[in-house]
Amino acid sequence: MSVQTWTYIIVGLTFALYIAIAVWSRASSTKEFYIAGGNVSPLANGMATAADWMSAASFISMAGIISFSGYDGSVYLMGWTGGYVLLALLLAPYLRKFGKFTVSDFIGDRYYSNSARLVAIICALIISFTYIAGQMRGVGVVFSRFLEVDINTGVIIGIVIVLFYAVLGGMKGITYTQVAQYCILIFAFMVPVIFISIQITGNPIPQLGMGDTVINENIYLIDKLNGLSTELGFTEYTKGNKPMIDIFAITLALMVGTAGLPHVIVRFFTVKKVKDARKSAGLALLFIAILYTTAPALAIFARTNLIEIVSNKEYASMPNWFTKWENTGLLHFEDKNNDGKINYVADKSINELTIDNDIIVLANPEISKLPNWIIALVAAGALAAALSTAAGLLLVISASISHDLIKKMINPNLSEKKELWIARISAAVAVIIAGYFGVNPPGFVAAVVALAFGFAAASFFPAIVLGVFYKRMNKEGAIAGMITGMLLMLYYVLKFKFGVFDGGEVSVVELKSQWWFGISPEGFGSIAMLCNFVVALITSKFTKEPPIEVQELVENIRIPSGVKEASVH
Amino acid sequence: MINQELKTKYWNQNLKYLQILLLIWFIVSFGAGILFVDFLNNFNLFGFPLGFWFAQQGSIYVFVILIFIYVRLMNNLDKKYNFDKD
Repeated sequence: MSVQTWTYIIVGLTFALYIAIAVWSRASSTKEFYIAGGNVSPLANGMATAADWMSAASFISMAGIISFSGYDGSVYLMGWTGGYVLLALLLAPYLRKFGKFTVSDFIGDRYYSNSARLVAIICALIISFTYIAGQMRGVGVVFSRFLEVDINTGVIIGIVIVLFYAVLGGMKGITYTQVAQYCILIFAFMVPVIFISIQITGNPIPQLGMGDTVINENIYLIDKLNGLSTELGFTEYTKGNKPMIDIFAITLALMVGTAGLPHVIVRFFTVKKVKDARKSAGLALLFIAILYTTAPALAIFARTNLIEIVSNKEYASMPNWFTKWENTGLLHFEDKNNDGKINYVADKSINELTIDNDIIVLANPEISKLPNWIIALVAAGALAAALSTAAGLLLVISASISHDLIKKMINPNLSEKKELWIARISAAVAVIIAGYFGVNPPGFVAAVVALAFGFAAASFFPAIVLGVFYKRMNKEGAIAGMITGMLLMLYYVLKFKFGVFDGGEVSVVELKSQWWFGISPEGFGSIAMLCNFVVALITSKFTKEPPIEVQELVENIRIPSGVKEASVH
Repeated sequence: MINQELKTKYWNQNLKYLQILLLIWFIVSFGAGILFVDFLNNFNLFGFPLGFWFAQQGSIYVFVILIFIYVRLMNNLDKKYNFDKD
């Protein structure tokens, strides 16, 4: 059977599964809609969190980015996993004990102020919309490449599916579809890599294979790749190009950002006890680590494979996949010296081959000559990754509007039934807006997602950590901190990423020399976070201490026993 | 009735655990994977330059283990202070 037939079958089956789960797990109360009834098992929550977390960027782009940046790619590996340690140790158990529906609930109650709540709602909306746009784009990209439909048609199909199960099932539907999506995406990611690991090193475990010797050659794979890279003028694979301070800053920003992402945090409201929140954070990271320790292996295998296949070979002798991916624009060959050979080198003026990061995951099964059904599986996996994250984000957006904004701030007398309807409607509106961004993308997937982390790091992380660990922190401090963090981050991104103040995106490259401390916009979240902490602490010193009942609340969330069922009040 | 002194003791012990675990978290990632990566790359571990291994593999394994150690420590602590009831 052709790749396309296989793709229709496998993608069709997975979609049917998601819809079946949605019908089975309809939400009938706001508690079910927002936090899946609050009795999800730690294992299911761990898987759901992993799928929620691993997005189109993790699945499609990350291995490719590492493949072409070598050591520098470590920022994503450490950053996107290390954040779970912070989440498990500093946030999840306490937020579960607090036991409400959203992150803004915590900020609003802990800082006894609707202004703080409003700031939190705005932060949550900015973060979630930035992030979801990338996901919908990812859905469109996968559809267009594997099913050869128009990108926009792909986005619309994605919208309809998410709309169906997120609007109908709320958090309950999302949770159980995410469990299924995790299984699909991890299987789809692992299978091709295991095959490739066996092909190249004879070792079926990619994590070990990447450090193994190459079959029939008496050389370590990593040494071989380092050799090939330097031969072509690239930096050694295991050495980076980025300055150490930027690597440090980006890693920190991604870690703290991960811990501050509202769609990840809310997942810990769905379990029964504090104990379960801790355990499910551990399980979530375990499930995530399976993909995250495999991706760098894939990066090494694919890079070596690619160099060996294309470098200095006749263009006319390239295999089928080469032309196929050339047509999608992911590969581009320009015979600058007219010798008919592919000159793939680091020097941009004579390099003849440009390769998009995404090709490493998407085209790898073909490059390694794996069977058609595996190629189709990768498509289904990428869709699972994008859809599961999109759904989680949608819920945050919908809860921010129906629960935080309307129920808590505008009309507290809203009946539960009405609130549920508003939640559904806002989810539906949010999907459509997200779809619009998917059709008219604000930038490429990974870049947009990276910025969302900066915002999460700059706003939520300090406010929540201080809220739990510093009893004296008051509303003035928290609000001042969050606003400072967000504004700084916004300014830095607009200036250095989009060149808004200096003549548009063309000026961005030259502005690089003006980066503060040599830190890129991707890493600036860590500075903005520090500023948030400092401003919050200083402001709170000079303003009134929080009321006694708030101090009691803090005491209370520090002790795991006496967890009440998460409730509306 | 949970008395104040017990609560404070429990919380201080929790903070002590956090300090130790977060120190390890920092050492394996920012330490071994970033600050001392060049030095550690002089050593070879099963075909990997050691610093590179920490940055792309080792730190992640340690993160997972750290959370499970934390879960274990806290479950025991909860039991000891009788805070494990609902």
